[in-house]
Amino acid sequence: MDIHEYQAKQLFKQNGIPVPEGYLATNPLEAEFAMRRLGTEIAVVKAQVHAGGRGKGGGVKLAKTPEEAAKLAKEMIGMTLVTHQTGPEGKKVHKVYVEAGSKIVKEYYLALVLDRETAGIGFMFSTEGGMDIEEVAEKTPEKIVYISVDPTTGLQGHHIRSICFQAKLPPAEHKELTPILKNLYKMFLKYDYAMLEINPLIINDQGKMFVLDGKMNFDDNAMYRQKDIEVMRDFLEEDPREVQASKYGLSYIGLDGNIGCLVNGAGLAMATMDITKFFGGSPANFLDVGGGANQETVTNAFKILLSDSNVKGIFVNIFGGIMRCDVIANGIVAAAKELGLRIPMVVRLEGTNVEQGKEILKSSGLDLYAASDMADGAKKIVEMVKKK
Amino acid sequence: MAILVNANTRVITQGITGKSGEFHTKLSHEYAPRFVGGVVPGKGGQKAILDLPIFDTVQEAKDRAKANATMIFVPPPFAADAILEAIEAEIELIICITEGIPVLDMIAVKKALERSKSRLIGPNCPGVITPGQCKIGIMPGHIHKVGKAGIVSKSGTLTYEAVGQTTAMGIGQSSCVGIGGDPIIGTKYIDILTLFEQDPQTEGIILIGEIGGDAEIQAAKFIKEHITKPVAAFIAGQTAPKGKRMGHAGAIVSGGSGTAAEKMAALEEAGCVVAKSPADIAASLKIAMERKGKR
Repeated sequence: MDIHEYQAKQLFKQNGIPVPEGYLATNPLEAEFAMRRLGTEIAVVKAQVHAGGRGKGGGVKLAKTPEEAAKLAKEMIGMTLVTHQTGPEGKKVHKVYVEAGSKIVKEYYLALVLDRETAGIGFMFSTEGGMDIEEVAEKTPEKIVYISVDPTTGLQGHHIRSICFQAKLPPAEHKELTPILKNLYKMFLKYDYAMLEINPLIINDQGKMFVLDGKMNFDDNAMYRQKDIEVMRDFLEEDPREVQASKYGLSYIGLDGNIGCLVNGAGLAMATMDITKFFGGSPANFLDVGGGANQETVTNAFKILLSDSNVKGIFVNIFGGIMRCDVIANGIVAAAKELGLRIPMVVRLEGTNVEQGKEILKSSGLDLYAASDMADGAKKIVEMVKKK
Repeated sequence: MAILVNANTRVITQGITGKSGEFHTKLSHEYAPRFVGGVVPGKGGQKAILDLPIFDTVQEAKDRAKANATMIFVPPPFAADAILEAIEAEIELIICITEGIPVLDMIAVKKALERSKSRLIGPNCPGVITPGQCKIGIMPGHIHKVGKAGIVSKSGTLTYEAVGQTTAMGIGQSSCVGIGGDPIIGTKYIDILTLFEQDPQTEGIILIGEIGGDAEIQAAKFIKEHITKPVAAFIAGQTAPKGKRMGHAGAIVSGGSGTAAEKMAALEEAGCVVAKSPADIAASLKIAMERKGKR
């Protein structure tokens, strides 16, 4: 789960991490008042969407007067912001954050990540802040400092010293960075993060360190015990099909192709996308109906696929293990009859009770192709969609 | 032979009275009768499905039913506790099927595991099966056939696909291990590869991976240096978009690393036969075995 910048800043502030003062605005008047309250010479008006690269897309602008802040807010709210992370369709801006302008002397990068290898918490620090860290990693990997902390003993002084000395920070900055590292580590454990990234972490003209922009991503599995974080979820930022799917207990991710895939199991669902592409097609989605899918789940999955106007054909790929093929076949038939099937469909069934399943499909009178295996099914659906 | 589980394995189910725990204990025990009881705190002394005795604690199940393996079906908020209990009771093999355990909980488990005598498979996995001898997990038993392919995989249904293909080709399986799709897991590819390398029944190995992390890259390096048996591989998620979690908690391409392409290249470089299509997994193993002069 992701949250907005203004929410992240609030969390930072509550946990002793310095951030510039700022206020949320949902209309131009609020933006104007926000800047008056700040009382600074310069304010930054920032579009609140779940995507990076906002500056280049015109979602971060400077205001010199409260009136200008209002004008910028008016331009931004309601606009569709396109950045390298939003995709070409962009994201609609619903609110802006008006923040006190900072005099930046230096920009650093800092992130806390899960270290899969050591089962620890990794700290990544670089003096090359304000730019894409992947680019830094590629061009000047020596400028990235990385340490891993074992949570059973926790963050120690030597970890902090190691970061500061390796990054060659001046002693005054050690003092600034130390409480930030300590508090971030505490936050990581307290809120069940999957990733916590600060870019940039700045030094201002007073020598003080501030978080200028932060990105937080939480462990979805831990949301049951993070009720305060869960309420920050903004459904407007998510793909409506994904939101609907999660309500039905389905795992769905929209893609830009035209072959709708309905599969049981995450690995097989990915493999189904791959084989569709392998035979020259383009998958419209990832959809895992789960191991315990029943007739109702299958019907709901169909509804999501058919509500996508890009979908020109459906490929059902089921390896029924515990889930019986006859149950799935009944679900398919019921869904197709209820919703009406106007596009080609290929069904590949394998596993328990496969013969009964195939018989149900055959006698349903539905216009579908029953594939003999996964490759046959993928080939057939690609061919059928191309023909249309 | 085969690995991890066999006809001498004595299994209990933690969470045996839950819907899934009960159902899969029944199917597993019907496949091969290796279950000796279950653990449900507060229900000790009662009987579970198939008349199996219920114990209050894992230690009690170990002492009285001589259990040496456990299958965990406890819900996510309590699953880490269940694994830790099994570790403290020194159960040799812990197989956790539960999906959705918070990562921070798993970090604590992993650290305890490093100091212990137990091996953990999973979590978020289909389990382990040695065809004809012992099944601990949610895989459909009937698709398996006693044979010579050792299968190790992060995915459930994709493993069944490989099993189905090897059965159809007459290769069969020695053992199949689902290591799970979470970012932090108990047993890695290289541990299982080592066991398959030492197992005389296993003549060829199938490795099934997916996007996210670099476990497959490490496996590739390990294969190059230590595995003499033929290996075929498939990596799911060649068409997965960057930054999206594909069902499994660990299946995400972040910052351009963990892609299918780099994993496939590393495995190919290590001498594995890498299937581009998931329909060609068993066929790829056949090629790998023929290359090394085994059929």
